[in-house]
Amino acid sequence: MISAEHLTKYYGDFAAVRDLTFTIEDGHVYGFLGPNGAGKSTTMNIMTGCLSATSGRVTIDGHDIFEEPKEAKKQIGYLPEQPPLYLTETPEEYLRFVGEAKGLKKAELADQLETVLLQTGTAGVRNRRIGELSKGYRQRVGIAQALLGNPRVIILDEPTVGLDPIQILEIRDLIRELGKNHTVLFSSHILSEVQAICDRILILSHGRLIAMGDAESLEQTLLTPGEIALIADAGIEETRAALVPLAENGLLSEDGMLPYSLNPQEDGRTRAVLRLTRDQNADDLCRALFFAFSGAGIALLELTPKKASLEDIFLELTEDRKEESAS
Amino acid sequence: MTAVLRHELRLYFHSLTAYIFGALLLAFTGIGAMLYNIQAAVSNFEFVLSFGSFVFVIIVPILTMRVIAEERRQKTDQLLYSLPVTTTQVVLGKYLALLTVYLLPLCVISLYPLIFSQFGDVYLLTSYGSLFAFFLMGAAFLAVGVFLSSLTDNQGFAAGIGIVVILLNYYSVALSEYVSATAIGSAAALFVLFLALGVLVRCLTGNEALGWGVCLVLMAAVTAAYLFSPASFEGLLPKIMAALSLFERFSAFVNGVFDLTAIVYYASVIIFFLFLTVQSLEKRRYA
Repeated sequence: MISAEHLTKYYGDFAAVRDLTFTIEDGHVYGFLGPNGAGKSTTMNIMTGCLSATSGRVTIDGHDIFEEPKEAKKQIGYLPEQPPLYLTETPEEYLRFVGEAKGLKKAELADQLETVLLQTGTAGVRNRRIGELSKGYRQRVGIAQALLGNPRVIILDEPTVGLDPIQILEIRDLIRELGKNHTVLFSSHILSEVQAICDRILILSHGRLIAMGDAESLEQTLLTPGEIALIADAGIEETRAALVPLAENGLLSEDGMLPYSLNPQEDGRTRAVLRLTRDQNADDLCRALFFAFSGAGIALLELTPKKASLEDIFLELTEDRKEESAS
Repeated sequence: MTAVLRHELRLYFHSLTAYIFGALLLAFTGIGAMLYNIQAAVSNFEFVLSFGSFVFVIIVPILTMRVIAEERRQKTDQLLYSLPVTTTQVVLGKYLALLTVYLLPLCVISLYPLIFSQFGDVYLLTSYGSLFAFFLMGAAFLAVGVFLSSLTDNQGFAAGIGIVVILLNYYSVALSEYVSATAIGSAAALFVLFLALGVLVRCLTGNEALGWGVCLVLMAAVTAAYLFSPASFEGLLPKIMAALSLFERFSAFVNGVFDLTAIVYYASVIIFFLFLTVQSLEKRRYA
């Protein structure tokens, strides 16, 4: 378990990370999501002891990363944004060095070396110079390095950046595989990637943690209310009249609780968009709408509940902050 | 530490640096041995080492320029920071690897006096005493080189500064005869030296106040000492320049004196610069 408490990091006057507090539980795949410059790499560098925080602290299984670095670092495998590889070495030589530095004994090292080479699919290139390898393979060697010593937590900083689509899929599969035996924390600025791999998401923006949770609960709790779009086979006045009972039931009102807009279409139909408030259930409202219109004898040609996607949340959250920090 | 040591050695022997270093060192001492021991038929091997010591100006920067600068440029330093090894272990591992690369050609050189002794009278004690001092002097320069490499991520810059520093050290005794020996001149030179020291402290700690503090306290001390006893400043600057010269210390061994203070001096230089290197690396973490 990793816990970060009130992490703050200043570069000169610039605050890269501000008052970050979170816990990483064992056995999950965590995604660190945020636009470029949000403080993802800085946070990861602090968590792995590569960088000191201006204030706040990180503990790994109770070991402070700066006060007991040896114990803490043994629990972590880290792949920085640029894989830290020595280009003149072969993957095998390189991994041997990392394994030795992590304190693995001879037999143990030979054993783990074979395991991680197989696990990351780099066994075929073990004796080629790293400088000759493609970016995808270099990334794999970087991940293999993080896996040595069998750490509980694997931290990967933007592991798919700069890879081709096939390589990206392979690396994602690999991360998913790793998630079965390790706690994985990886960063990305691509939402769909995080959504595809992670079961917990942390969203960072401008150095602050602005949301944390699993994908569904993020959608449910943070979600800007969704919308329901409908097209009624009637003019604008009739449509408005049909909506009146809903307003009377408290489901709908024009004064803010549930705003809606009506637009007459060219063919005599009316298009309405109703925005849901946070505590409203889209299904309930759809049901009410259906009966309201059928009671008024108006056919509904279209009734579409629109859920806001995580993409919308991401954009909205990160953009809000932009305005905030600009003001 | 042994992991870092083994890894560094592999890197040196994968690339040409170890071979170029060894070849140049052997070539210079070889030329020296030919000139002194064979052509001039002098039986003192220590003169060869004295002649060959100039080679440090070139080969030490070649060997040390990449040692930390390249890690920084390739971002492999992040790996070292995230591994469960301390910065001291990393620096020591790297330094021991350098010493190993340096010792290999010295082992070859150590055979020369024995070979020559087959053909005449060679005073082996001074030969090997000088060789030992030669090793320590080189080791001290290597420590300086490691520190310079830790200041930048540009190998060329590290090498350039390294050449300048060792060259100045080589000529400092010769130059000391031309600098002002007056009391006021020495005091002024000390002021400049402390200013430079202040800048260095500021660079290493990133702390403006500390840099100025060190500089001003030292300057105040010099001013007080100067007012108290101006006579003690007479000829101080040339003395300091001679004292700072690592080459000058070596000449005592060449003259047949096994100078213990010089050995302590070399050891202090090594420890001091390795300590600074560790601080320089640690500081980057607090950037």
